[in-house]
Amino acid sequence: MTSTIKKHNTTLGTRLRGSFFLVSLLAIVLSLIVGGLLIAVTDEETAKAAKYLFAAPGDTLSAAWKAAAGAYAAMFRGAIFNYQAESFTGMIKPITETLTMATPLITAALGVALAFRAGLFNIGAQGQLIIGAVLAGYIGFTLNLPWPLHILLVVLAAALGGALWGGIVGLLKARTGAHEVIVTIMLNYVAVYLLAFLLSTPMMQRPGSNDPVSQIIHDSAKYPLIFGPDFRVHFGLILGLLATWGVWWLLERSTLGFELKAVGANPSASRTAGINTTRVTILAMVLAGALAGMAGASQVSGTEHFVVGGVAASIGFDAITVALLGRSRPLGVLVAALLFGAFRAGGVAMQTQTGTPIDIVLVVQSLIVLFIAAPPLVRSIFGMNARKARAAAADDSKNTTPTPPSGTVTSGSTL
Amino acid sequence: MKLELQGITKSFDGFVANDSVDLVVEPGQVHCLLGENGAGKSTLMNVLFGLYEPTAGRILVDGKPVVFRGPGDAMAAGIGMVHQHFMLIPVFTVAENVALGNESTGVGGILNLEETRRSIKEISDRYGFDVDPDALVEDLPVGVQQRVEIIKALVRKANLLILDEPTAVLTPRETDELISIIGQLTDSGTSIIFISHKLREVKAVSDKITVIRRGKVVGTANPDAPATELASLMVGRAVDLSLGRTPAIPGDAILQVRGLNVLSETGIPAVDQVSFDVHAGEILAVAGVQGNGQTELVEAIMGLQDKATGSILLGGAELLGRNVKDIINSGVGYVPEDRSTDGLISSFTIAENLILNRYDHAPMAQGVALKLPAIAANAKEKVAEYDIRAGSSQALASTLSGGNQQKIVLAREFSRPLKLFIAAQPTRGVDVGSIEFLHRRILAERDAGTPVIIVSTELDEVMELGDRIAVLFHGQLMGIVPGNTSRDILGLMMAGANAEEALAEVAAQQVPTTIKDEPTLPGGIA
Repeated sequence: MTSTIKKHNTTLGTRLRGSFFLVSLLAIVLSLIVGGLLIAVTDEETAKAAKYLFAAPGDTLSAAWKAAAGAYAAMFRGAIFNYQAESFTGMIKPITETLTMATPLITAALGVALAFRAGLFNIGAQGQLIIGAVLAGYIGFTLNLPWPLHILLVVLAAALGGALWGGIVGLLKARTGAHEVIVTIMLNYVAVYLLAFLLSTPMMQRPGSNDPVSQIIHDSAKYPLIFGPDFRVHFGLILGLLATWGVWWLLERSTLGFELKAVGANPSASRTAGINTTRVTILAMVLAGALAGMAGASQVSGTEHFVVGGVAASIGFDAITVALLGRSRPLGVLVAALLFGAFRAGGVAMQTQTGTPIDIVLVVQSLIVLFIAAPPLVRSIFGMNARKARAAAADDSKNTTPTPPSGTVTSGSTL
Repeated sequence: MKLELQGITKSFDGFVANDSVDLVVEPGQVHCLLGENGAGKSTLMNVLFGLYEPTAGRILVDGKPVVFRGPGDAMAAGIGMVHQHFMLIPVFTVAENVALGNESTGVGGILNLEETRRSIKEISDRYGFDVDPDALVEDLPVGVQQRVEIIKALVRKANLLILDEPTAVLTPRETDELISIIGQLTDSGTSIIFISHKLREVKAVSDKITVIRRGKVVGTANPDAPATELASLMVGRAVDLSLGRTPAIPGDAILQVRGLNVLSETGIPAVDQVSFDVHAGEILAVAGVQGNGQTELVEAIMGLQDKATGSILLGGAELLGRNVKDIINSGVGYVPEDRSTDGLISSFTIAENLILNRYDHAPMAQGVALKLPAIAANAKEKVAEYDIRAGSSQALASTLSGGNQQKIVLAREFSRPLKLFIAAQPTRGVDVGSIEFLHRRILAERDAGTPVIIVSTELDEVMELGDRIAVLFHGQLMGIVPGNTSRDILGLMMAGANAEEALAEVAAQQVPTTIKDEPTLPGGIA
């Protein structure tokens, strides 16, 4: 009896997880199709052919197909493997670009995911990243230290900056009940304009320049390049992988992670069990901020090497999407970040090669999350129709409703 | 009105909640539906009230088949329902609530409540309800709010009333009043379906009893059937209703509460100058109608109330002002009143819930690392010891029945040495089989010499478990009486009389009661 239930529970569990994976995959496919349609209808050649649509509909269709296929092929060449390149380096350059683009996303999204597991909707990765980048840059160009020490200090400063920015949110939330969404959004603005202001002061601004850009950081403050000077992949990626493992360990194997998940799932029961929810909320935001701050270090020490207003790009916001797509599980976040890194790297190539605007990538990214948020929509589009789903559900409930051995009682299941 | 249900089956995605249920309610009859939580009573009533469409079977009103597409149809056919949780808008007056959904309007859509007021007056006078149509619902006692619900149904010309667990929120006196109201209603020809799992009430009020278990009618009985027989029918096996408890052997006063005050969030005193002792090896049962300060009292002891003043000494050490973790670690076991919000994390596994307040102690953790093997071993041991029915200890708490969930909480709290054990509503929403088990575990803890506080709104549970009974009313202690104090006296104290007054009143006039005292039965059943 027990064993049959157990067996069923595992299959049910696997099925649920499998179904989420399938839905994610289908959502990505669906988004790419919609993106392809958008590319096609906005394409000039297609528009020209469409003028004589009724005379020769084939022309319009083939032009549309060419536009979409061409754009996606360019994207593939930009993100995974460039089969048109002359050298081996050129061929594998795209995949390394994907890794580079993914690097800051990994840690930033881990930060969002960690906060999310503690029941906090951290919209503030962008601000935390910016503060991290500011401190990384400042330490990077002001101090003169030997190599390993300097970069270590830079990463630490970036993490601390992010931790501070996140910690403020945690503190306000825990002590005053301020909603973290509002506080993080506002702190994002503060960070953006604080950066703009700092870049116009002698403290940050590059001497002799009127542009709002900082000095270039010293070589000792840069991340070492992993695959040599031909590729931009830097040590931040290794840190990102370590952080993925670290966050997994924290959530699944540590007492703090237990507290964090408990507070996230049911603050009231956590309090009753003696967990200090105030402390956990603050700590969760501090850690989330530190992770986002590390993404700032990745931008400054890894790729940009100086600080500008757009140093954070939209990484902090993409991180929210990545965390959602990765279901706030560290490994899921890693995979989702790599996917988004590929979109970003491929999007750049697509824009330069076919003239398709990179914004289409943002549309695709947003559609993915939209579709994932509405699994029934995806299922119905792909014909995993309700009847079948209902039959499966019926099958499940039949099997999971435990029938206790005769002579004993458990209360009925659904009422 | 004569109501017949023929072969009603209702299944949800393959799970059969009602399995060809037949039921006949004669005009002017009180028909009781008796069954445990989750037996399918509510589903059946929702089918009858048009909220669910039956999978099979038919409903006949006065011999004619009817189909209800929604509550509106059911009401039009003369069926009224009083839900366990009242469907009233607190800031509206009685008349506004009664009119709601059925408003008569004058010129230009202006609300005309005159007619509603008149009918409320008329019904109120006819049955002696004593309800003022212009009173705000939020100002009314629960018992009167219930009458407003009944009026709502009667105004809509209901001649069959469904009362879903109507006594759950009432004081014993209000229950008696409700029973007399039911009598008047049936005299005037209204039929009643009375849903309950409390045997004593069912026996007192019904003309006919239908017992439901696992969605099926397992038997019908007359009200004079013995309680044990009804309980056995309901549970599906022989039930031993006597706990076979031995008298307490109280030791020293371990817990001393002195002048405890707790302010509610609105600044009103929720606990008002309460003082009492609990001795080693005794159970102090705290009785009272829901919301009279019991929750706040217990939370103050656990350090969950910021606005508590006074003194709470456990073995001579002050508890007030210390944090929850500290109090738990000093040996206080606590079963919170609301299991699903305070006692468990429903998205956590059984294993995780079993260590909810021990996750950071050896052997569950070493430093900051959880020790998964120790956690798994603990889960295995507790699941077996407490007979927690689940697929595996990795099953989520949310997949378990109320009884099994409560066993997790109890197992967790009893898994460390206790200096004090507090359980609030330990058997609420728990099936009869588990109640028996939980009560025995609590008694065993008492016999091991631990002072125990049980908070319960179920008078039967209080009388069953309490060596002494403290009654709270509006945050004040009405007195502490011996465990064998009569139901009448306790009922008066729960309504605000202090112990001496209650004693005097009962002695003087021997308060007439509709419910005869039966031998005490365990909490949820009797």
